[in-house]
Amino acid sequence: MATGAEKKPQENRIGLTIADYKGGKSTLCGGCGHDVITNAIIRAFHEMAVEPEKVAKLSGIGCSSKTPTYFLDRAHGFNGVHGRMPAMATGAAIANGRLQVIGVSGDGDTASIGMGQFVHLLRRNVPMIYIVENNGVYGLTKGQFSATADLGSKLKTGVVNELPPVDLCGLAIELGASFVARSFAGDVKQLVGILEAAIAHRGTALIDVISPCVTFNNHPGSTKSYDYAKDHEAPVHQIEFVPFFDHPMVEQEPGQVREVQMYDGSVVRFRPVEEDYDPRDRHGAWHHLKEAAVRSEILTGILYVDEKKPDFLQILDLGETPLVDFPVDKLRPSRAALDAVNASLMEG
Amino acid sequence: MEEEGSAAGSGPRVNDFSVQVATVNGTGSQSANLVLLRTLFRMGIMASGKNLFPSNIAGLPTWFTIRVSGDGWIGSRRDHEVVVAFNRDTVTEDLEAVAEGGIVYVDDKFETPQREGITVHRVPFTAIVRDACPEARLRKLVANMAYVGVLAQQLGLDMNEVEAAIGAQFENKPKAVDLNLATVRAASAWAAENLPSQNVFRVERGTATKGKILIEGNRAGAYGAVFGGVQVAAWYPITPSSSLAEALIEQLGQLRLNPDTGKASYAVVQAEDELAALGMVIGAGWAGARAMTATSGPGISLMAEFAGLAHFTETPAVVVDVQRMGPSTGLPTRTSQGDVLSLALLSHGDTMHPVLFPAGPDEYFSMMVEAFDIAARLQTIIFVAADLDLGMNWWIAEPLAYPEAPIDQGKVLSVEEIERLTEWGRYRDVDGDGIPYRTLPGTPDPRAAVFIRGSGHDENARYSEDAGNNIKLLERLRRKLLDNVGLLPSPTVDEGGGAKVGIVAYGTSHWATAEARDILGREGLAASYLRIRSWPFDQRVLDFVARHERVYVVEQNRDGQLAQLLTVAVPEHAARVRSIGYCGGLPLPVEVVLESIREQEREV
Repeated sequence: MATGAEKKPQENRIGLTIADYKGGKSTLCGGCGHDVITNAIIRAFHEMAVEPEKVAKLSGIGCSSKTPTYFLDRAHGFNGVHGRMPAMATGAAIANGRLQVIGVSGDGDTASIGMGQFVHLLRRNVPMIYIVENNGVYGLTKGQFSATADLGSKLKTGVVNELPPVDLCGLAIELGASFVARSFAGDVKQLVGILEAAIAHRGTALIDVISPCVTFNNHPGSTKSYDYAKDHEAPVHQIEFVPFFDHPMVEQEPGQVREVQMYDGSVVRFRPVEEDYDPRDRHGAWHHLKEAAVRSEILTGILYVDEKKPDFLQILDLGETPLVDFPVDKLRPSRAALDAVNASLMEG
Repeated sequence: MEEEGSAAGSGPRVNDFSVQVATVNGTGSQSANLVLLRTLFRMGIMASGKNLFPSNIAGLPTWFTIRVSGDGWIGSRRDHEVVVAFNRDTVTEDLEAVAEGGIVYVDDKFETPQREGITVHRVPFTAIVRDACPEARLRKLVANMAYVGVLAQQLGLDMNEVEAAIGAQFENKPKAVDLNLATVRAASAWAAENLPSQNVFRVERGTATKGKILIEGNRAGAYGAVFGGVQVAAWYPITPSSSLAEALIEQLGQLRLNPDTGKASYAVVQAEDELAALGMVIGAGWAGARAMTATSGPGISLMAEFAGLAHFTETPAVVVDVQRMGPSTGLPTRTSQGDVLSLALLSHGDTMHPVLFPAGPDEYFSMMVEAFDIAARLQTIIFVAADLDLGMNWWIAEPLAYPEAPIDQGKVLSVEEIERLTEWGRYRDVDGDGIPYRTLPGTPDPRAAVFIRGSGHDENARYSEDAGNNIKLLERLRRKLLDNVGLLPSPTVDEGGGAKVGIVAYGTSHWATAEARDILGREGLAASYLRIRSWPFDQRVLDFVARHERVYVVEQNRDGQLAQLLTVAVPEHAARVRSIGYCGGLPLPVEVVLESIREQEREV
């Protein structure tokens, strides 16, 4: 009898292993922050036991936008045009409300060419996870500054960025986004927790992840390098995610932990790091971000969450049945209906 | 002022004349004009109404023309026999526009230039309105009804039908109906008492509109989307397409709520711009919904990149282009067929897209229905090329015909079909018709999943930069469209019995062209007529060119854009193709077609 049975890969509650959430081989540079994020996505979707077939992956153009082929091979994906992923994701989310939509974008794709679509996606609170793999440069075109590069950040060539950065999280909070998080590719544990909470959320979950570009923006003088981000990361809390299908633990230290119940019943526990931080306080979140920027800190964690805000499908008054699931014969009104239309138009 | 009847150079013109009303926009003139059109419709008289309005909300000149035609011709005419000069700023040019022997009704406070050969009646419109409407603040709202009353009396409109038309126009709201009707009656009474009776330009009750409908074109197009099974519509406001989207919202609310739940079986989203509108359509189309947007030329320019994505990834999308006069902002409230080349070839690289050309509201309806099926069947973006004349004017048209063919979702593999296949590829041409099979996101089978992209891909949808693969893919995409033109609406052909001359028109250019051909025929110039209803052309179009020595292609753009496509399609007969392009922005006048063909034929 084999006593030490072979260690089987761990199955999640729908019987899938981590391999079932993997994608093709990455063709990004070795050490790229984006690959770390890809792996975090694989882990989070596995741990949350999301059916891969229910996921729709979308992206724009850029290094980040290549990554949806590196995870969830069992899900449909659409790599579209530069900066326009939000509109395509909106259309897909409306058409089939049962899809778990995940969009991956970059700082160029989102904060420059796609800024218009990005802000309107946030306004609509389209149900989806929106990840920005933020490295401050255009990688595929070989290292030009993007709009999230910090003032004074330096390229390898010595060129200094002289324009202020777009703060995607501050902007998202300002526009009424319902889930705003920032993380760092060097902090996988936090990132996975944030991703799990994002899966449990209903509405747009924006996750801005500092994701160093090892080829073009990982040198001294860059404010998006691994070293800089490690030195300046300031988590506002530790995140403990309790999925809805796990038995919730009851014991906790009173006054120490904040809990937020997510749409799907999961609970996120926030344990303060230094001072207390309430992620449901929109104004407070915004102030923290601004103050951290003055101190050159990269505030990370789930900065803001609002589980009560209606998502776009609710605003559109769509029912439980996804639009694409309506049988074809329900899509065309009857002959009598058209007769009535004609009759009224015949009256002049 | 000339004597009664002196305008009759050629005897009475019963149900055969054109009226032009010059007013100021933002004054409610459209309501007054529609009351006239509704009255004619109710009296059984064929007519067309064209609103020639500025890109402005209030204060600029606007004209409305009504063509009354017992013979059923509803194309526009350049000359107008009856003119109402209700705008002080344009009175000089309005008098110029009157046909020889015509009549003008002008506000008695306006100074008018002398003009021989016409009858000028000065009407105290202000005094009539003052007496009819005691409340001073409401007078502005009903002022235009004064010319309705004068015309009703002078042309012989049935007052009962005018009353019914006012009821329809103001949705039977008692106060609005009463006020407007009182003004019409007062003006009519004034005309009866003070103007000589007018016996030249008269209307007589008929039966020509029996069984027909009166509808604004964009409303018919919107109904087409509703009955075509639209599920997602995304749009950005732009004249002259906004009224289609707004009608669609209204009609969907009436016809497409889920009876069981009261919830919507559709979604309409006002997007942040035209790019986003088409992006949403493509996302929804990819997810399996029947999705559309409606826009005009500037929007089409913005949509170019996305059009290429839909074409290359083979994602269904329906785009209505209600064309207006370009280039650039151009004349936003004037009609055009200037986007034809853009639509056919929109986006960078080698692209080609099917384009449909509706001529009237009933065809706008049926082509919208078909567009969704064709987009799904061909898995591509399709354009319905309407225009402002069709979209924003009211038309007396055939009833909307219920679609006989069931809704076609094209080649979509179900989960059961996937399970039966040992292998499959998203872009494989299994059936030899160039059309591959697709699966939808959410299909509960791991083997259904596909990652599609706007970058190069092989027949299994894998990323590819391989030269041979790319050639094969682009060739298939061309074949997919050209081998399946049979799915597109075919042309209508009216052979002229061995005629050497052929005339080609499409969309709203049909109406003036058909009438011009009739007049030319009576003058002794026999011509065959072909109306193109879609691009790429089918063989019948190419044969038509081959059968005729001279082929006149009539369209509303400067460069003869469809004529260019035709010469490319039949290079061996390119010299036969002669372009008649009108870019004035007014609904194509019959005279333009007539004069151009006459002149070119003289030179033969």
